[in-house]
Amino acid sequence: MKVNAEEKGSKAKKGGNPDDGWEPKIIAFLCNWCSYAGADLAGISRLQYPPNIRVVRVPCSSRVSPYFIIKSLQQGWDGVLVSGCHPGDCHYISGNLVARRRFAVLKDMLDYMGIEPGRVSFSWVSAAEGERFSKVVAEVVEGVKALGPARRLVKVS
Amino acid sequence: MVGGEDKIREIAGRLLREGEVDLIIGYEKGTLPLRSTPSFIRDQNDLYKLIWDPTCDINLSKYLHGRDEKIGILAKGCDARSIVVCGSEGQIDMGKVVIIGLPCSGVIDRKKIEAEMEGREVLEATFADQSLVIRGEGFEEVLPIKGFMDDSCLSCRHRNPPVYDVLVGEPLPEITGANEYAEVDELESKSAEERWGYFVEEMGSCIRCYSCRNVCPMCYCKECFVDETMPAWFGKTNELTDTIIYHLVRAIHLTGRCVDCGACSRACPMDINLKALTKKAEKIARERFNFEVGLTTEEAPVLGVFKEDDSEEFII
Repeated sequence: MKVNAEEKGSKAKKGGNPDDGWEPKIIAFLCNWCSYAGADLAGISRLQYPPNIRVVRVPCSSRVSPYFIIKSLQQGWDGVLVSGCHPGDCHYISGNLVARRRFAVLKDMLDYMGIEPGRVSFSWVSAAEGERFSKVVAEVVEGVKALGPARRLVKVS
Repeated sequence: MVGGEDKIREIAGRLLREGEVDLIIGYEKGTLPLRSTPSFIRDQNDLYKLIWDPTCDINLSKYLHGRDEKIGILAKGCDARSIVVCGSEGQIDMGKVVIIGLPCSGVIDRKKIEAEMEGREVLEATFADQSLVIRGEGFEEVLPIKGFMDDSCLSCRHRNPPVYDVLVGEPLPEITGANEYAEVDELESKSAEERWGYFVEEMGSCIRCYSCRNVCPMCYCKECFVDETMPAWFGKTNELTDTIIYHLVRAIHLTGRCVDCGACSRACPMDINLKALTKKAEKIARERFNFEVGLTTEEAPVLGVFKEDDSEEFII
């Protein structure tokens, strides 16, 4: 059980505060065709960005169900980033446009229920935008750091 | 709305007689005062059972699902709109449904009356034009209907069914000037922490009985996401985060589909303010996607389509 709790990252450090060297863990869902390649380019280009994200490669941003995001928050991830192709560039023509509506509703609802707006972020990063990817990650990590460890919606088991 | 019963019986009788429908779904008197119950009528001789008064609060469109016969259904403004949504989602064959539209001035909220009674038992209730006469052991009270109406009805935007085959009586004037989003606006003006506190408090009492899901005509999934076991997305107990997530995801699923009939709030045994969520879902559909739910079967569900210029101010 203890190993599990460690693995769930920030959960094990729930008692701590940001001043104790707490680092947020952020789960990033990146679409295979643009954002994942953008992250790859950032790596190849040796661009520095905070090491707080854990990447999950998905076929398309529209593969990301709201359940993934909500479940991530419930399991104790401090932040969630979803990134896909720019509108018009989707490998599947309109996947990201469908996802955009879905995320808009999810984000509005999460904000409304009192989940801090900075916990869940969405971005468009193309395969050529390695630098943009590193900036997006830096921005997201900074935002989540300012919020501190996730507490709302986190299931304590 | 009191006194339209003869007209309803006449229309229903004609539809049955002429073979236009096999079944009439309406309301009949419940076994308890202030309650109505759904009525399924196939025989002319049962038409006398049909009633129409402010206790007729059930959204009957729930009963259209999975029926393969020709049905005549009584529908208030909200019910007609939810029939339209189910039709546009392919759940109901609109060709087999005859909507008997009822201009509705609002239904009562039993919980408000119970609160007013302060524990005294209501044994009999009768409706006059604007008032409600309640009798019990040793007391009789006359209450104004308006004061005990469901919150959804007080700011209802569609008192007349936007779609119907036959209309009972004359259309009512629509309500103007009421801010239907007053409660949502008030919550939105609070801080995230206060809002979280509010929902923790509200949802904390949820016992996961799923009454809200069972009465909702939009909740027709064969298997609800909370019942799924492979994968088991979320927990099934009344653990706080699981409960909040159930209500959160239900609200997301209802975006662009909820017509704010208020059935879920009325069905809730724990008196949870579900309207705070469903109204927000409706507000998102209206403000973000300029979508008014349930006016025509031509329009696709809001989350099933997209526009190239949908707003994306939330994307970094």
